Amino acid sequence: MPSTIVINGETHQLDLPDDMPLLWVLRDALGKTGTKYGCGIGSCGACTVHIEGQAVRACQVALADVWGPVTTIEGLGTPTAPHPVQTAWIKHQVAQCGYCQPGQIMQAAALLAETPRPSREQINSAMQGNLCRCATYPKIRAAILDAANSTGG
Amino acid sequence: MAQLGKIARRSFLVGSVAILGGTAFGAWLVARPAENPLRAPAGGAALTPFVLITADGVTLITPRAEMGQGTQTTLAALLAEELDLDWQDIRIDHGPAARAYFNAALLAEALPTRGYNTGDTLHALGEYMGQFGKLLDAQVTGGSTAMKDAFEKYRLAGATAREALKAAAAQRWGLEPAQLRTESGHVIAPDGTRLPYSALAAEAAQQPLHTPALRPASAWRYLGKAMPRLDMVAKCTGTAQYGIDIRPKGLRFAALKTNPNRSPMRSFDASAALAMPGVEHVIDLGQGVAVVASSTWAAMQALDHIHCDWAPAPYPPNSADIMAEIAKAFDLPANSTLRDDGDGAQLPSGATQISAEYQLPYLAHATMEPMNATALYTGQSLTVWAGNQAPMFTKKACAAEAGLPEQAVDIITPYLGGGFGRRGELDFSVFATRLAKALPGTPVQLTWPRAQDMRNDFYRPAAIARMTGAVAGGRAVQLDAQVAAQSTSQQGLKRWLGLTPAGPDKGHVDGLFNAPYAIANHRVRGYLAPLDVPVGFWRSVGASFNAFFQECFIDELAHAAGRDPLEFRIDMMQAEFPQGAQVLQALRQYSNWASPLPPGQARGVAFCYSFGSAVAQVVELRQDQAGIAITRVTIVADLGLVLDPQIARNQLIGGCLQGLSAAMGEEITFAGGAAQQENFDSYILMRHAAAPDVEVHLLENLPRLGGVGEPGLPPAAPALANALFALTGQRLRQLPLSKQVAFAGT
Ligand code: FES
Ligand code: FES
Repeated sequence: MPSTIVINGETHQLDLPDDMPLLWVLRDALGKTGTKYGCGIGSCGACTVHIEGQAVRACQVALADVWGPVTTIEGLGTPTAPHPVQTAWIKHQVAQCGYCQPGQIMQAAALLAETPRPSREQINSAMQGNLCRCATYPKIRAAILDAANSTGG
Repeated sequence: MAQLGKIARRSFLVGSVAILGGTAFGAWLVARPAENPLRAPAGGAALTPFVLITADGVTLITPRAEMGQGTQTTLAALLAEELDLDWQDIRIDHGPAARAYFNAALLAEALPTRGYNTGDTLHALGEYMGQFGKLLDAQVTGGSTAMKDAFEKYRLAGATAREALKAAAAQRWGLEPAQLRTESGHVIAPDGTRLPYSALAAEAAQQPLHTPALRPASAWRYLGKAMPRLDMVAKCTGTAQYGIDIRPKGLRFAALKTNPNRSPMRSFDASAALAMPGVEHVIDLGQGVAVVASSTWAAMQALDHIHCDWAPAPYPPNSADIMAEIAKAFDLPANSTLRDDGDGAQLPSGATQISAEYQLPYLAHATMEPMNATALYTGQSLTVWAGNQAPMFTKKACAAEAGLPEQAVDIITPYLGGGFGRRGELDFSVFATRLAKALPGTPVQLTWPRAQDMRNDFYRPAAIARMTGAVAGGRAVQLDAQVAAQSTSQQGLKRWLGLTPAGPDKGHVDGLFNAPYAIANHRVRGYLAPLDVPVGFWRSVGASFNAFFQECFIDELAHAAGRDPLEFRIDMMQAEFPQGAQVLQALRQYSNWASPLPPGQARGVAFCYSFGSAVAQVVELRQDQAGIAITRVTIVADLGLVLDPQIARNQLIGGCLQGLSAAMGEEITFAGGAAQQENFDSYILMRHAAAPDVEVHLLENLPRLGGVGEPGLPPAAPALANALFALTGQRLRQLPLSKQVAFAGT
């Protein structure tokens, strides 16, 4: 079914199966590869994007169910104009292999938008669905706390 | 990355400049220079295989896989330190697969020496290498060896290129090279006239190359400092390209399933799948099938509709039977007795003897980026994009698969979304090549669905240890250690080289035979279980299980001797390995070991010398309502020389937490021949809430540069188990621990 979705402020007319998960629409149909495939079952968070500002697992959202404008890691910020969360990530040199980090960053940005001054427990519980095999967890916590302070919440 | 891609990828076979970095390893490499794989365009220069200069600037070749360990950043720092480039101007490229990039330190690691007490193991290298010509293809990222291999080689390559640039400028200006200096990518004359390196490239290429003296550590600007990682901005903005992100024009998407019993496929029925929308081809892989489609998702959906008849497993179908087979290996002749001090079999008179048996499970690598590779076959040439840890072995295997000469095969190595040893394997590149060959002219990306990735891994082997020891007068007087497991080296080298090395398997007993304790009667025997469960190199390899056996049992001996477990270790290490004892002493201080904890809290300690580094950890626990929480970890590591303290710290933390993750929740079990875990809902990795903050202290007392990617892992599991003993009074001798205790945050 032809459908229209807005991704990073840009409108796309698509003719793809209704049940195609947003993850694969982004990666394989539109070439937006910043959003990652990790598990396909909502268990790792690598595919996290925002729909209307809310963090969702793109592998679990069918194209026909996308209910609002989508923001991906590419739309959150850029190498020359990073989002404050990305700035904190770079400052803390968080990434190791980096594969999980787009998802971690999208999750953290949604958390801070809703809870500008999260506690350690709030961070852990908001981020619990985002796996990092390289175990950058302590650095992620430090970067989130730093971003919370610098954006002034 | 793109620049070199255009220039050199297709022309890397031509070149005559002898490798200059090789002098680190003496006469051997001088006698057998590897050709420079880089060919510069007109007006450019490939000054050594590591420095490419063109009209647009300098590209440093950092031919080790970047899988998160920061290796390319520090390799660039080694080159730039001598070449005088400003950090913000540094551009890097992994470069082609080439013998010039072989990893000599990896081979040195294979020598069956204890390491911590060896003179210069590299002396023996030349001889060793002569026996294994094939190992020249070991352009391998693994064994925590990149910096050991590179430390001198890369600085020499940078210095050699700098001197050639100075000689070129001197010729142009009619001056002596000694009158010139270099700074920020320019050669500078005494009167201040400056020429960028790019303007001198063509003339520099004509200069005879010399091997200059290296700068002293006191003059270093980059080495020893925390440099911003060159891949960080890309990895935080979604712009870093991994293998799975390669998107050549006209790309088709594929996914596969192969026999989870690790046997052939007898037959399959793809009629339903072929009728599904988006499905273009179904290809028989012998061990399974691949679907080529308009998207990875369409391919994965179609796989679910292909019925395959799998042949049964070539190993016992269930975990219990597999473990029983491993235990039977204790009845076979030992493969190795790499330590035999005093009389390990005899109980010294008056001593108290204890025995214990430990058992660890198979583990998956579970890299966050599933295995994948992209290939394009034209009939005359093959290009393979694969995040891989062994480009030369990959190239040979793909050339054979495609029926092309190796010169016609181009291996491109993008970022790796985790490796941990898994991406040293060749399966993903070879299968992608097979699909590409079936579809000439069409680039195909083959992705492992997560279940395929997990069920068709080359696992960290399960292992069993039988430990007997004795204490007298507050010291260990006997230690007789036996370990039984499948051999990772035999399987791994067979897949790489087609040969199974005979003789003692050092990796199998690493962390056990070279545990640096002075125990008068000390014997270590390794038994190889003749099983065909696919096993492979997994971060820290044998030390990942042996440190658990060694350090849990040392703790048991300390308890039997009525001693504090940290003091007991220091006492027995002092004479055998003083730097190790210093690590433990520093750990005692930084972890506040001597300060008592309130009830419901406890600490445990463990030590391991592996990959040339000495690492000790204290894990602190607290019994909470929600379960047992790991509240704090303190690490002290002696790395010999710290090239980048921030990268080193992050690697040690990552290794430690990966070790804790495995100890707490990870296990692969088998039923009906197949692994029972298929995804992250059943293969349990550590998540945010369970991850403690980790404090790292670095020492530099060891005489040689040690590794950093792996040595953080081995002490973590035994430190945790020892802390659980201190907390609960219970010795847990099997992993994963979550089967026996409840952890908070899981
Ligand atoms: S890929 Fe969507 S949660 Fe893992
Ligand atoms: S940085 Fe590698 S998985 Fe998170």
